[in-house]
Amino acid sequence: MERNNNLHRQVASLRQSLFDQGYVDEQFIELEELQDDATPNFVEEVVTLFYNDSARLIHNIDQSLEEHPLDFAKLDNFMHQFKGSCSSIGAKKVKIECTQFMEYCRAGNVEGCKRTFQQLKREYVVLRKKLEVYFQYARQAGPTDTASYRPN
Amino acid sequence: MNLGVGSVVKTMSGASCSVSWKSGGSDKVSDQFPAGLRVLVVDDDPTCLRILEKMLRNCHYEVTKSNRAELALSMLRENRNGFDIVISDVHMPDMDGFKLLEHVGLEMDLPVIMMSADDSKDVVMKGVTHGACDYLIKPVRIEALKNIWQHVIRKKKHEWKDKDFDQSTSVEDGDQQQKPPEDVDYSSSANEGNWKSSKRRKEEEDETEERDDLSTSKKPRVVWSVELHQQFVQAVNQLGIDKAVPKKILELMNVPGLTRENVASHLQKYRLYLRRLSGVSQHQNGLNNSFMGHPEATYGTMTSFNGLELQALAATGQLPAQSLATLQAAALGRSATKSAISMPLVDQRNLFSFENPKLRFSEGQQQLNNSNKQINLLHGIPTTMEPKQLADLHQSSQSFVAMNMQGQARMQQNNALLMHMSQQQQQSSRAQMLNETNNGQVSLPSLSMSQPAAVLSRNSIVDNVRGPVYNPVPQTSSMVDFSLNQTTELQNNSFPLVSSNSGMSTLTSKRLLQEEVNSDIKGSRGFPPGYDIFEELHQQKTQDWGLPNVGSTFGTSDHSNMPGTLDVSPSMLVQQGISSMKKNGQNGNSLMGGPQLNLFSGGNLLTVKAEQLPDTSYQNTFFPEQFGQDDLMSALLKQQESVGQVETEFGFDGYSPLDNLPV
Repeated sequence: MERNNNLHRQVASLRQSLFDQGYVDEQFIELEELQDDATPNFVEEVVTLFYNDSARLIHNIDQSLEEHPLDFAKLDNFMHQFKGSCSSIGAKKVKIECTQFMEYCRAGNVEGCKRTFQQLKREYVVLRKKLEVYFQYARQAGPTDTASYRPN
Repeated sequence: MNLGVGSVVKTMSGASCSVSWKSGGSDKVSDQFPAGLRVLVVDDDPTCLRILEKMLRNCHYEVTKSNRAELALSMLRENRNGFDIVISDVHMPDMDGFKLLEHVGLEMDLPVIMMSADDSKDVVMKGVTHGACDYLIKPVRIEALKNIWQHVIRKKKHEWKDKDFDQSTSVEDGDQQQKPPEDVDYSSSANEGNWKSSKRRKEEEDETEERDDLSTSKKPRVVWSVELHQQFVQAVNQLGIDKAVPKKILELMNVPGLTRENVASHLQKYRLYLRRLSGVSQHQNGLNNSFMGHPEATYGTMTSFNGLELQALAATGQLPAQSLATLQAAALGRSATKSAISMPLVDQRNLFSFENPKLRFSEGQQQLNNSNKQINLLHGIPTTMEPKQLADLHQSSQSFVAMNMQGQARMQQNNALLMHMSQQQQQSSRAQMLNETNNGQVSLPSLSMSQPAAVLSRNSIVDNVRGPVYNPVPQTSSMVDFSLNQTTELQNNSFPLVSSNSGMSTLTSKRLLQEEVNSDIKGSRGFPPGYDIFEELHQQKTQDWGLPNVGSTFGTSDHSNMPGTLDVSPSMLVQQGISSMKKNGQNGNSLMGGPQLNLFSGGNLLTVKAEQLPDTSYQNTFFPEQFGQDDLMSALLKQQESVGQVETEFGFDGYSPLDNLPV
């Protein structure tokens, strides 16, 4: 019991840090609120879905960035899809990079695009790790009263 | 807003709701209603799709998801009645979300909500102009999804209206059916679809090719794939929406196996769809303006007018509440007749249908504005009757036209609504309406008259509509353009019209309604020439009045009117009216422009005709309309003073026969 409480506390603080450090935004809460008995791990499910699916987009963008000259329209299109996914899971930092990338795209800024995309990928990976840890702890802690999940 | 919708559902629950949850739940909308709403979600992004699915399920909707637009479309086609609403992403690899939206709008008329992470104004605008009933920015929040049922209600309401109108009367229908020439036929058919009852429409949608009683027999069914439709749209765009006739489209498309009839019916649907687009925006705008508390009121000027008349009568006390129904029927007939009066009507309708496409393609925004404006105008007339609004109307007879055009389609619907309303004995509203009704009666003739003008000036209509509310500048510019381009055409066509005017005056058969019409006109203003025209129309109308569903009769009468009014032989008239109407319509705008308005002040139609009209007979036809507007203006202005007068002038006596008419 004591251990479980500790776990819950850890989970709560991990979660809180995700918000505090700006990795996720309120959309993440939106997803959490969708969790119910039927889908107790809905957030994790969705995040997994996101990382599986977005790997394809990341790859596509990587390839497109190798082209000469850059097809900004195509890049913008890819990034738009990616941004849609990011925003849906509340991946705040990644989404910010998406927006920046699209701005560079529209400005035709090749260097900006490439630089931003590298940054984007870093954020993308960091978030993944953070979330993985968080979910792992959350699973161990077991179902929690949603009230304790609330940020702040 | 929601409340309003809900109340509508309640009050009109009996009418007809095909949806399962509605039939049972209409009485207690609030309880289970949105639960079980059948939603089709389309998004190529599996993450979003999953989240949306979950959110929708949490809203207790019945969710079907598809990660491909093509798949979604085929699901929709296979199970036409299987969904209440569609939510679609904008950016999808296999099919653009707007294309899907277009197909859904064309084929099943379901409410479609677009969503995208792209919140740029352009894209949102595109969604709206393509007929999306809502546009959600990703990430979509569940709060936004909790409300989507309102779009379903809104749509259903329209269908319901359609049905109702259908049952009660379909004068317009008849009119259009009667239209002979082929090209005309198409356009008219397109319109026809609009006014037709929902039943009819549904049948049509199910069997794409079957609808046309007049010209087309059953053809092999063609599946309009995205590619095929794209070809079609390209052809239409290339030709210009108003010049696009099936034959030419077929030639341009050059698809083996495709028949002219296939194209014709698809064209019709396409026009219908384009019309709906404007309708959608109308609704949205209209909700705010709801007249009598009913969103539906928004729609038709015509309807409102009719309704006004009826209600006015009721208010007057001359007509018992029950008689209202009859009156309505009569009113419908009347409106129809009025429309019939204007030779251009047929053309107008055609133009009308064309109008939307044009707007849509070239100026999507304008469309929106149009609808908005129209709504305002409509509302303004029936409900508020504010002098300012009237002034606007005057300024642009075209706006009237526009209103009529769209209004006509829904007139019937509105009438039905009015019927219900009246039946429900919303006395208070009636009382309020009294003044308005008086005005409305006066205005009715003018409206009908104006329709032709509107037809003529379809583009200008748009601009005009827009003008008062939004940008005055566009109006003038558009008008100028038209006049320059099409002046010649007008002259040619105009001749018959002139003669027609004279013919109109000469033709004065006596019928119940005649007097009314005359009185109406007089009441507003005593324009001799205008009278004649009205009389003719009325005559035909009167016949129709006896029968609630006089659609066919009306149509014939309209046609006959057309020829009669015009010196030209009937066929000539029809053709000219129709074919030329399109052209003329544009020309008409120029005509409509300045002079007509001024004419009003001039006073008598006759003088107007003699002086200004000699050149173009068309104008003559227009003038009555304009006068009508003037009448409206004056009527409105004098509203309070002359209410009593108006009533007497209107000649309610004429209506009394209506009571006797079998319902």
